[in-house]
Amino acid sequence: MENKDQILVIGGGVAGMEAARQLKSLGFKPILVEKGPALGGHVASWNRLFPDMTPVRKVLDPLTSSLEGVEVLLDTTVESVSRSQREYTVVLTRGRVIKCPAIIIATGFKLFEARKKEEYGYGIYDRVITNKDLENWFNTGEDGRVPDRPSAVGFVHCVGSRDIKAGNQQCSKVCCITAIKQAIEVKERFPQAEVYCFYMDLRLFGKKYEDFYINAQRDCGIHFIRGRVSEVAELIDGRVQVKAEDTLSGRPVKVKLDLLVLMSGIVCNPANNHLASELSVPLDEDGFLRSRDNIFSVTESDRPGVFFAGTCTGPKTIPETLSEARGAALGVYNYLKGKK
Amino acid sequence: MDFGFNLSPSSAVELDKVDTSLFRELCRIEPGARTCIGCGSCSATCTASEHSGMSVRKLLLSLQRGKMRDVEKMLTCCMLCGKCTMVCPRGINTRRIILTVCRLYENVEGRI
Repeated sequence: MENKDQILVIGGGVAGMEAARQLKSLGFKPILVEKGPALGGHVASWNRLFPDMTPVRKVLDPLTSSLEGVEVLLDTTVESVSRSQREYTVVLTRGRVIKCPAIIIATGFKLFEARKKEEYGYGIYDRVITNKDLENWFNTGEDGRVPDRPSAVGFVHCVGSRDIKAGNQQCSKVCCITAIKQAIEVKERFPQAEVYCFYMDLRLFGKKYEDFYINAQRDCGIHFIRGRVSEVAELIDGRVQVKAEDTLSGRPVKVKLDLLVLMSGIVCNPANNHLASELSVPLDEDGFLRSRDNIFSVTESDRPGVFFAGTCTGPKTIPETLSEARGAALGVYNYLKGKK
Repeated sequence: MDFGFNLSPSSAVELDKVDTSLFRELCRIEPGARTCIGCGSCSATCTASEHSGMSVRKLLLSLQRGKMRDVEKMLTCCMLCGKCTMVCPRGINTRRIILTVCRLYENVEGRI
């Protein structure tokens, strides 16, 4: 195989999968490297997706099947990278060495560790779970912390995001709409339950998101309280009491809940640090990889032949991630076109 | 005995103890009442607001927090001009909501 057609794609989430798929259809030989034992990334652990309640399988199955013929290396990470005039030489774990003229980085994000916000009691109180735990429960029905017939369920927005003290100044972008999706799903399963969303601002920017919000308010009767939860305490009966300020009325509010869901935000993936230093691509102040610029060249790095796709450069939705993966693949094509 | 100070009752609202039956009845008749986003356009445009504290935003919030006295006070200040309905970005029929709340109040008068 000619090295000049080989393109390394690092990260096997939706960004990497879509990038590899597009590279294949552009006539390249993508090699997809994934650190975990399976493809699909964070999306694979979700159940349904906003704003149309699309089952995750409807996104992942076509992506997976379109990768037929693409070399996929699971349980593999990048050890070191060196660059000569014409190509990158990438040493992978498990002894594999790949020479390629271009690389797409699609290493994604990390979910904020909710236990770091100790005042919310994750890992301390039995009735406190995260957005990811709730999706897992939607998938498996197994989680001892979710009661059989809850009468009150709360959602805390912005857990670890827009929080300088937690080290994440950025808005995680997808949690507001995820909270509303999950609140509607909880209400569908437990129609008798009162559902409360505690938010700082509601940021519902995407197509159909506002419709989703109106649906949650009007048809599901979900209560939106503008105020950040200050603390959570466990009651003697195992439930939790949440304290916040209802900033619209200027009064403190308290409510007893059977289940509290923390919307853990998208934060930078620390695994990017090693990759960034090997490839000499800079990190941004927020810890995400830095694009060449944030309007015209979001999927390009400062290094020739190194491209970005998806949440390695910042929080993004799935459609945005897929578009970037296509953009990055096209970027590789245009970059190499003059060099053949 | 005078200690030179006294204790005020807690101003905290306990959401699970608040009686929201009137609000729920209102939403059954006018589902739009739930879609308020608290933007304050209604209060900003209200002719009576400056002089009386009338605010549809506050009225809807007070109903949800069980502040019935505040609701009653505000209702008496409205002149039903309907400017609030004109400016509401969510298309809530605020004027009809005020009339509906007045009617619901008539039914429960004496209970408050």
